[in-house]
Amino acid sequence: MTTLLTRKKDRIDELAEHGDSLSRDAFRRLSRNPVAILGAVIVLLFVLVAIFAPLLAPKDPYFRYLIDEVRQNSPLPARPGFPLGADQNGRDVLSRLIVGARQSLIVGVLATVAGLVFGMLIGGVAGALGGWVDTLLMRFVDILLSVPSLLLAISIAAVFKSANQWTVIAAVAIVSVPIFARLLRGAMLAQRHADHVLAARALGVHERSIVLRHMLPNSLSAVIVQATLTLATSIIDAAALSFLGLGDADPNRAEWGAMLGDAQTYFDIQPSLAIWPALCIIVVALGFTLFGESLREALDPKNRR
Amino acid sequence: MALLEVKDLTVTFGRRGEKPVRAVDGVNFSVEPGQTVGLVGESGCGKSVTSLAIMGLLPKRGVQVGGSATFEDVDLLQLPASQMRDRRGRDIGMVFQDPLSSLNPVIPIGKQVTEVLERHRGMHKGEARAEAVELLTAVGIPDPQRRLKDYPHHLSGGMRQRALIAIALACRPRLLIADEPTTALDVTVQAQILALLERLVDEVGSALILITHDLGVVAGLCDTVNVLYAGKVVENTDRYRLFAQPRHPYTAGLLGSVPRLDAPRGQALTPIRGSVADALPWSEGCAFAPRCDNKIDQCTAQTPALEPDAESRRLLRCFNPVETPAAVEEVAR
Repeated sequence: MTTLLTRKKDRIDELAEHGDSLSRDAFRRLSRNPVAILGAVIVLLFVLVAIFAPLLAPKDPYFRYLIDEVRQNSPLPARPGFPLGADQNGRDVLSRLIVGARQSLIVGVLATVAGLVFGMLIGGVAGALGGWVDTLLMRFVDILLSVPSLLLAISIAAVFKSANQWTVIAAVAIVSVPIFARLLRGAMLAQRHADHVLAARALGVHERSIVLRHMLPNSLSAVIVQATLTLATSIIDAAALSFLGLGDADPNRAEWGAMLGDAQTYFDIQPSLAIWPALCIIVVALGFTLFGESLREALDPKNRR
Repeated sequence: MALLEVKDLTVTFGRRGEKPVRAVDGVNFSVEPGQTVGLVGESGCGKSVTSLAIMGLLPKRGVQVGGSATFEDVDLLQLPASQMRDRRGRDIGMVFQDPLSSLNPVIPIGKQVTEVLERHRGMHKGEARAEAVELLTAVGIPDPQRRLKDYPHHLSGGMRQRALIAIALACRPRLLIADEPTTALDVTVQAQILALLERLVDEVGSALILITHDLGVVAGLCDTVNVLYAGKVVENTDRYRLFAQPRHPYTAGLLGSVPRLDAPRGQALTPIRGSVADALPWSEGCAFAPRCDNKIDQCTAQTPALEPDAESRRLLRCFNPVETPAAVEEVAR
């Protein structure tokens, strides 16, 4: 009996020492998961490449070095100085891929943040207030959701007269708004009937702090995970828009989706031209997805002790 | 004068497309200052709904609350929401059944204690922190200084319930409502928590409403006991009389179904026939009639009233009470 009690106390002390904050707790679990580490390494590499792109790119991504040769011979395979070959305009593929990472990161992050902000605003208000406000906002969100996401992004991008990277960001962001809105609303509604919210009410806590301190923080983990996953889909969606010619109108811009689109024409002659940007998109999207899924596991309160 | 006087409390849940359900059907009881009053009954008899109605914590939509709950001359049921909010946690505290889910999982324990102190006692951060340490010490949480930074999932079930009790008693409320405070805990911890509740309620001078289905808890703690069945009080008396001489067949049935250590080996428990689902609405005679062994014709023809029974010194709602209760000689010891 006594030993049991002391053992239990030891266990409590040990637990208390290991995890004194929730984020540290989640981090500890993430760092033990090889899948999470793989995802994190990919994401980190991608971000570093994107940030230092101008320093890392061996050549000017916009200069048509081999334009004369390309004119006779279409895109060129790898050769000294051009490790991944040159595209139809004689530009260095490697340098364009590196600079394209920056473009993808900017579009992906800005679109996700914009979608997150507006989605959380809509979902948070709907979940906190309920009633007709909730009904109204959610019907609006339903309309957005009823259109397939890529189709919605295409139609939004098509609405803008002159396409540039901002129109791409807007189109991709609007697609993710309903996802965040529904997620946060659902989590908030579930919280509304949670025991600890009832307990807070029983303590006379103000409705405002019940929403901001009890309901919202407990609803965030799902949103954080979704944001990581949305980064992946945003990058893919942005690439898809460029691929379809709805991206930045500037033909010089190094962008993975646009590179992939241009490569179609030369696919039978020089398939590597399509393979490299496609691989970049896949690997980066995979990195975010792996990391997001492991984050979901790490933040799941069911796995917490 | 009673601290809390509940009169004709009714709670009706409206259901879309279905007949509304009356969960609490004219409940009357009172709590004197410093007294411990038990609300006893099986699941679904309206114990928890009664407490939530008193606290004004039932959802507004689809729920109708009638009657009155007079706390220190003020009818809580008529109070505007903001005034009721000021009283909750300050004048009336509450302890819930599940200690893990009743604590906010993303806020450290200390913060959850100081939150109430800042809200109701106007303390500033440092003061509240010092007081929180004292409160956690009082409920027997070791090393409270360090525990302040811990999250609920770092604590064991018993520790969490101790923390919840500390929070509920932080403002020294004059009334504490404990809704099945030990149901989620294992037996050894149950005893500790009950002892703690008893001691603190005594120290603070709070009255206690103890909601439970566990007659053992009642026997240990309650001054008077209200036995609820299908939303009505069927028997009200002090705990000694209740255990020594249960008069309502339902009370007698509850006592008969409690396992006892001193019962002869191999003796089967006597369950109460049927389940609460068989209960009639009280408008069609006694709700307990379908499960009752003492049923007479009058039981289904007429609804019994809660009337004083002078001889056995209690309030009783029964036409044909148990005369020679089976348990009497055992408990009288």
